[in-house]
Amino acid sequence: MNIHEYQAKKLFSENHISTPKGILVTSVEEAEKAFEKLGGGICAVKAQIHAGGRGKAGGVKIVKTSKDCIEETKKLLGSTLVTHQTGPQGKKVRKVYVEEGTQICKEYYLSCLVDRESANITLMFSKEGGMDIEEVAAKTPEKIFTLSVDTTIGLKDYQLRQLIFDSKVPQEETKNFTGFVKSLYKLFLKHDFSMIEINPLIVTNENKIMPLDGKMSFDENSLYRHPNIKALRDFEEEDPREVEASEHGLSYIGLDGNIGCLVNGAGLAMATMDIIKHYGGEPANFLDVGGGASEDMVKNAFKIILRDKKVKAVFVNIFGGIMRCDVIARGIVTASQELKISIPLVVRLEGTNVQQGKQILHESGLSILPADYMSDGAEKAVQAARG
Amino acid sequence: MGILINKNTRVITQGITGKSGLFHTKLSHEYAPCFVGGVTPGKGGSQAAGLPVFDTVKEAKEITACNASMIFVPPPFAADAILEAIDSEIELVVCITEGVPVQDMLTVKKALDKSKTRLIGPNCPGVITPGQCKIGIMPGHVHQKGSVGILSKSGTLTYEAVGQTSEVGLGQSSCVGIGGDPIIGSTFTDLLPLFEQDPDTEAIIMIGEIGGDAEIKAAQYIHKHVTKPVCAFIAGVTAPPGKRMGHAGAIVSGGKGTAKEKITALKDVGVWVAESPAEIGSTLMKNLKK
Repeated sequence: MNIHEYQAKKLFSENHISTPKGILVTSVEEAEKAFEKLGGGICAVKAQIHAGGRGKAGGVKIVKTSKDCIEETKKLLGSTLVTHQTGPQGKKVRKVYVEEGTQICKEYYLSCLVDRESANITLMFSKEGGMDIEEVAAKTPEKIFTLSVDTTIGLKDYQLRQLIFDSKVPQEETKNFTGFVKSLYKLFLKHDFSMIEINPLIVTNENKIMPLDGKMSFDENSLYRHPNIKALRDFEEEDPREVEASEHGLSYIGLDGNIGCLVNGAGLAMATMDIIKHYGGEPANFLDVGGGASEDMVKNAFKIILRDKKVKAVFVNIFGGIMRCDVIARGIVTASQELKISIPLVVRLEGTNVQQGKQILHESGLSILPADYMSDGAEKAVQAARG
Repeated sequence: MGILINKNTRVITQGITGKSGLFHTKLSHEYAPCFVGGVTPGKGGSQAAGLPVFDTVKEAKEITACNASMIFVPPPFAADAILEAIDSEIELVVCITEGVPVQDMLTVKKALDKSKTRLIGPNCPGVITPGQCKIGIMPGHVHQKGSVGILSKSGTLTYEAVGQTSEVGLGQSSCVGIGGDPIIGSTFTDLLPLFEQDPDTEAIIMIGEIGGDAEIKAAQYIHKHVTKPVCAFIAGVTAPPGKRMGHAGAIVSGGKGTAKEKITALKDVGVWVAESPAEIGSTLMKNLKK
């Protein structure tokens, strides 16, 4: 789960990490008030969307007057921002963060994430902040310093000293830097983050260390123990079909193709998309009904798939283990009757109770294109979608 | 033979009185009678699925001499259950539970490093040695005793590979679902040596997916240490970047962990990579005949 910059800043300040003052606004009037409240000096007007690369895309503007602040807020609110992370369709700006200007002496980079390989938490630091870190890593990897923390031991002073000496953080900054990294590590553990990325991390003229941006993602498996974090989820930033699917216990991701997929198991669901592509078609979605789907879940899955008007055919691909093919078959029959499905339906059933499943489909009198193998099903679905 | 488990394995279920724990203990025990008991704190002394229930793993081990555990404990308590099994020196722990917090797994991983326990999962279908022992949620009846060892991140895709290897007449020596989470107990490189050494295994199928670099590491390991033929399939060629494809670990981030780079790495070391998920069995068969 991702959150907005303004929410990240609030989390920082609640956890003794100071950030520039800022106010969230959703209207021009609020922006005007915010500008005054922040002292009427230089401010940054920042679009709040769940994607990086806002600066380059024109989503962050520096303003000096109330009039400019109003003007820029007006332009941003309701606009669609296309950054290198949003995809070509972009993201609609619904909220803007007005933030006081800060004296910036230097821009650093700091991130913290879970490393799969070592099962440690990795801190990554570079003095080359403010730019694309992937570019720094590719061109000058020697400018990136990492530190690996075993959570059962914790972040130790010697590790911080090592980082400071290796990266040559100036002496006058070390005290604040050490304090900052320690607080960040504590915060990371406390809220079960999967990633925090701060770019830039600024040094002020008083040698204060401050996050000027904050990208945060949380481990979704841990949200049950962080109701305060769960409450930060912004459903407007997500595909409404994905939200609806998750409410029904389904895992759905919308894509650009025209063949709807209904599959059990995440791996098979991904492989089903792949095999459609292999036969020259384009999948419209990823959809995993899970291991224990009921008739109702199958019906809900169809509803979500069919809401996508691009869908010209649906491929149901089931390898029943715990999931029984007869349950799926009944779900398909109910769904096609209740939802009056008029587009071609290709069904491949395999595994537990497959004969009963096929029988149910056969007796229903529905015009279903049966397939004996996954490849056969994919080919039929691709042909059907071509019309 | 086969790997990890066989007809002599003595299994307990942690979380045996829960709905899923009970159901799958019954099915697994019906498939092969390897189960000797279960653990649910507070329900010691009772019976479940016709097996004795104990309060602690320690007690269960003392009385049943179990050497494997299947875990169905809910996510908030799963890591604790794994640690309990490690503490009792259970040799093999198979954690089926989906949704274990990542930070909990960091602690588990460190405990595993210092222990005698091997962990499979979490968020996995389990392990089966056809005809001998089944610890997990996979449908037993699709398996057939044979010569192919299967390692997989995905449950249903494993069934697919099982079905296809049965169809071409090869069957399976053992199948291990390693799980789709970012932090798992055993990865491909931990288990490949077991199949390499197993006399019943003549070929290996490896099913991977987008996210992380376990498949790349496996390619390097295969290149150096595996003499048996390996066939692979990697799911997610069409997966969009930045989206979590069902499994918590299945995500392409920062251009890393794509199916394409994994396929290239495997092909480079001579692994036969199936072009489509329907061709896993036939790709293996075709190359074996060469």
